[in-house]
Amino acid sequence: MKNANKIYFDHSATTPVDREVLKQMLPYFSDTFGNASSVHGFGRSAVSAVDAARCKVAEILDVSPKEIYFTSGGTEAANWAIKGVKLTEKRNRIMVSAIEHSAVLAAAKQVKKDGAELILLPVTSEGFVQPSSLETLINEQTALVSVMLANNEIGTIQPVKELAKIAHKAGAYFYTDAVQAVGSIVVKPRELGVDMLSLSAHKFYGPKGIGVLYIRAGTHVDKLICGGHQERTMRGGTTNVPLIVGLAAALEKAAENQQDNLGKVSKLRDYFVRGVEKNIPYVIFNGSMKNRLPQNANFSFDFIEGEALLLLLDHAGIACSTGSACSNESLEPSHVLLAMGKSSEKAHGSLRFSFGIHNTKKEIDIAVKVLAEAVAKLRSYSPLYHEFCKEVNHVHG
Amino acid sequence: MYTDKVMEIFSTPKNVGELKDANGIGNVGNASCGDIMKIFLRIENNIIQDVSFLTFGCAAAIASSSAATEIIKGMTVENALKVTNKQVVEALGGLPQQKIHCSVLVEQAIKAAIADYKTRL
Repeated sequence: MKNANKIYFDHSATTPVDREVLKQMLPYFSDTFGNASSVHGFGRSAVSAVDAARCKVAEILDVSPKEIYFTSGGTEAANWAIKGVKLTEKRNRIMVSAIEHSAVLAAAKQVKKDGAELILLPVTSEGFVQPSSLETLINEQTALVSVMLANNEIGTIQPVKELAKIAHKAGAYFYTDAVQAVGSIVVKPRELGVDMLSLSAHKFYGPKGIGVLYIRAGTHVDKLICGGHQERTMRGGTTNVPLIVGLAAALEKAAENQQDNLGKVSKLRDYFVRGVEKNIPYVIFNGSMKNRLPQNANFSFDFIEGEALLLLLDHAGIACSTGSACSNESLEPSHVLLAMGKSSEKAHGSLRFSFGIHNTKKEIDIAVKVLAEAVAKLRSYSPLYHEFCKEVNHVHG
Repeated sequence: MYTDKVMEIFSTPKNVGELKDANGIGNVGNASCGDIMKIFLRIENNIIQDVSFLTFGCAAAIASSSAATEIIKGMTVENALKVTNKQVVEALGGLPQQKIHCSVLVEQAIKAAIADYKTRL
């Protein structure tokens, strides 16, 4: 499929691999192909590439290379963090925010099935976990608190530093899913004070299928995947050399250009938000505009349903998403918007637009126009909109 | 996920809007489930002379509504009552399993509109 004339506003789902990053990865497929566990020269070449990548990642995150564990991506890292914390009779409670990614929520539900007590932390209507609500709900039985650094649907950046302090005061570990945040904003696990943090390369112009779980030295976490001695015996499976090289290269590039990219992307996002609010009536911007990822905009369009709107936009060559790409197979409205107290109707009518460094103002001009037309078209089909217009006419008539 | 037929009908649905002189209106579904369908019928001499719909919902719901209105246009009331969701699904060249309920909903909307017509007789 050719992407010419197509507009991609779904960078929170995934990003294209940067061509320079790809170039750095390529030798590790067929040339330097050795197994990093092998003793011979082929293996040693692979090991040195992985070591260099690990050091680079550690340097950017400002942690020790020994605290970096490569995984198959964000979902594995989340499962590891949630399931790896040992529960005891005395510490049998895990607490996760109601707006976590499904990787965290599903892992937490499984731990609950195995006997843990699971508490969902509520969020405000703006999409934030309040430290005071954690303080109220946490107790000495809590083993782990998990709150994402930035939400994937509405981009709200959570007060993780404060939350981690509260967790530690109660003797619990703190894990943050930073998959959406890393590459977009500056993320330093030590400054945040977290025990575990996960990230995924394909969110910042790196390859899919590779992620990191940072585990602070001294944190007691069981392994998730048993096998060989890879990752200092903590994660079995042949070391994925090209993808690890790609992750480090992409993270390095993201860190180097962090300020420029943030400025560019947030300007585009703000321009889009203004365009939508100016051209489309009965639109609600979901989530706080403050403390929000620069790339994220999320709207509910009254009287219509999000999937239908997404497909009309897709038909016109514009890609965005309803809620998270991971929940598209389900019919449930966004659990994030519901947790913020939105009605099912408004949650059904929500769309996420996430911008990237290659987007342009011109693309946004086109998208706003197409979006306005698509919304008008679907409203003309909607019984809710017809009723609303009648009421308005009645009042003003 | 959708067949080309669903996408085609969804992009250019037929019989959209409110029928001003309708004598049978069926309204089913609710916003919390994500689908609301309203079917308007104008029945004369026991024949569905005209039909239209308004739908709040996904692409499958809109395409199902359009397909169903095309099926029942010109039918007798009795025959329209016999139209099943399967016929709607066939007209769409199939629906994903999790969207079958859209075709069921439109069958219910037709039945509700005819019931409404009968109460007005």
